[in-house]
Amino acid sequence: MKAFPENNHKRKMLSQNIAFFIFRLLSAVIVAVLFIILAFIIVKGAKVLNWDFITTAPTDGMKGGGVWPAIVGTFYLMVGSAIIAFPLGIMSGIYMHEYATSGRLVKFIRMMTNNLAGIPSIVFGLFGMSLFVNYFGFGDSILAGSLTLGLLALPLVIRTTEEALKAIPDTFREGSRGLGATKLQTIWRVILPMAMPNITTGLILALGRVSGETAPILFTCAAYFLPRLPESIFDQCMALPYHLYVLATSGTDMDKQVPIAYGTALVLIIIILAVNLLANAMRSYFQKKLKTK
Amino acid sequence: MKGLLEKIVTGIITCSGFMTSIVILLIVVFLFSEGFGLFSQKTIEDGYSLVVNRANPVDELDAGQIKAVFDEDITDWKDVGGNAGKIMVFRFDDMLKFFSEEELGAEYEHAGDCINRLVADNPGIIGFVPTEFVGDGFQGKLLIDHKIDFGEVFGGSEWFPTATPAPQFGFLPLVLGTIWVTVFAILFALPFGLAVCIYMSEVAGERTRAVLKPVIELLNGIPSVVYGFFGLIVIVPLLQDVFGLPVGESGLAGAIVLAIMALPTIITVGEDAMLNCPRAQREASLALGASKWQTIYKVVMPYSISGITSGVVLGIGRAFGETMAVLMVTGNAAVIPLSITDPLRTIPATIAAELGEAPAGGPHYQSLFLLGVVLFFITLIINTSVEMISARQNRK
Repeated sequence: MKAFPENNHKRKMLSQNIAFFIFRLLSAVIVAVLFIILAFIIVKGAKVLNWDFITTAPTDGMKGGGVWPAIVGTFYLMVGSAIIAFPLGIMSGIYMHEYATSGRLVKFIRMMTNNLAGIPSIVFGLFGMSLFVNYFGFGDSILAGSLTLGLLALPLVIRTTEEALKAIPDTFREGSRGLGATKLQTIWRVILPMAMPNITTGLILALGRVSGETAPILFTCAAYFLPRLPESIFDQCMALPYHLYVLATSGTDMDKQVPIAYGTALVLIIIILAVNLLANAMRSYFQKKLKTK
Repeated sequence: MKGLLEKIVTGIITCSGFMTSIVILLIVVFLFSEGFGLFSQKTIEDGYSLVVNRANPVDELDAGQIKAVFDEDITDWKDVGGNAGKIMVFRFDDMLKFFSEEELGAEYEHAGDCINRLVADNPGIIGFVPTEFVGDGFQGKLLIDHKIDFGEVFGGSEWFPTATPAPQFGFLPLVLGTIWVTVFAILFALPFGLAVCIYMSEVAGERTRAVLKPVIELLNGIPSVVYGFFGLIVIVPLLQDVFGLPVGESGLAGAIVLAIMALPTIITVGEDAMLNCPRAQREASLALGASKWQTIYKVVMPYSISGITSGVVLGIGRAFGETMAVLMVTGNAAVIPLSITDPLRTIPATIAAELGEAPAGGPHYQSLFLLGVVLFFITLIINTSVEMISARQNRK
């Protein structure tokens, strides 16, 4: 009678130890996978990465030179999609959290937003091609690419804004309204300034997402090889992710292209890392600031 | 004045609230209008006709038969429902093999007569000629050219969008390829995903979590083309060596890359669900003498099962729609996959690879938009089911 519970206890602890060991192991594997991918690209990419690589255009049909036009193109696309997605997304988030009165309507809009977020990026590419490139006649251009990427980033911005607004206690709204401010004044003077840190963090992450997307710009913007800088928003441009794809899969001289591809991947990874670190730093900075208040 | 401004701004904000709904509506309209144009296209290439001898009892051929005949896989009329007799294939491009330039005329003005004679002389002939040459006074018979129908697109097992005279748009290999690679990706990702989300929410201490969280976020942030590049350079050659494959680009390579990419989604959503399990339930279980592990799988897991499921379903959605990484590592062979180590091709990869070359407005272009419609609906179903699953979670 006495031996049974002890035995049971031992078995219990044994199965727990085994299970937890497996969890630790598998988690370690995931961390290892990330580090292998990063280390691989950083080590291989660092060999070709230098100032010239960043600041010169590709030459010899992509067999030499750098990635400057692709960096510039990616930058333009980030800015363009931000111009489209940020105001629209923030306003949409404000509407959902501050204005929409009926719960059903909010539910419907939220469902639509979630659905939009789940649509594969290649479908955005198809849509952008048929609407912006063909129907509106923008052609393959930075404008069409930015619009497509902007729509892709829209759900991210909306969600971020909504989350940020949710975190602000209602007492601030009531206080402001109680002092005679209108709803818009309350949002503009009280709610938005408070929510801005969180919104900004989300916006930065959305930019990171946009910078790495390839499928939406395949048919709306990206140029295969264009060793000059774009001159207007109706010009095509190169972009880092598409450039990497082209270097890795098509071309004439793989031996010369692959090192350049490593370099391109490294530049892309650095941008993503910088964006993530910036967002994380901002988050913890504002969290600390809030705590000390 | 102020009131007016406020009203205007409020109006703008209200409009932007419906932006996502408008975008979805536009996507549906544009994808559908382009995609469903395919069903008003004829089987045979636009502007061309298939002609046979007048005595030939065959009235029509489907796209598969036409391709087999012109590839000379079928060489006898009795295989396609006619009388026994050898099929003689004639393409308009071969005109000069049968007729001299004088006979045809400098501007091909006699081409119609030549075709007429040729078809009348050869009882076993099948010709692929521009429709303008077989108008009035043509002695042979034009095969009936029917519209591309629903069944042959969604049930067809051959994807030859650029075949002449009759391209084939069977979606089956692409749909099956996508499902195949997604299923394996989720099978690979599931144990890791579950382990990491249990570990992060239940086992790990504060400091380990502080390491794991950014790792998962970063894994989510790496662009798909970088995963594809890594897969192409590292995983593909590795698989080729390990399994002794003729080509390393295979469904397996795609599944591995997709598994890594679907992990962050599964982990983030699953972890959230497990953290939501009320403390009281955990403490009650522990107080009754259950070990931590018993509490996890008897109390926490059942409580958060719908959250974990929606994470997995979202992961499936992510894997299903993934384009670039899959395009780079799966080998892109449009055949129905029999084994996971075969090359295969997914719906998104097909769109990405072929849209650039498909002439706008043609059947190939439209079929790619129709694939987009299919993809859109599959993700819509996935999202809606996630919505329903999490609604169930909230009701608890």
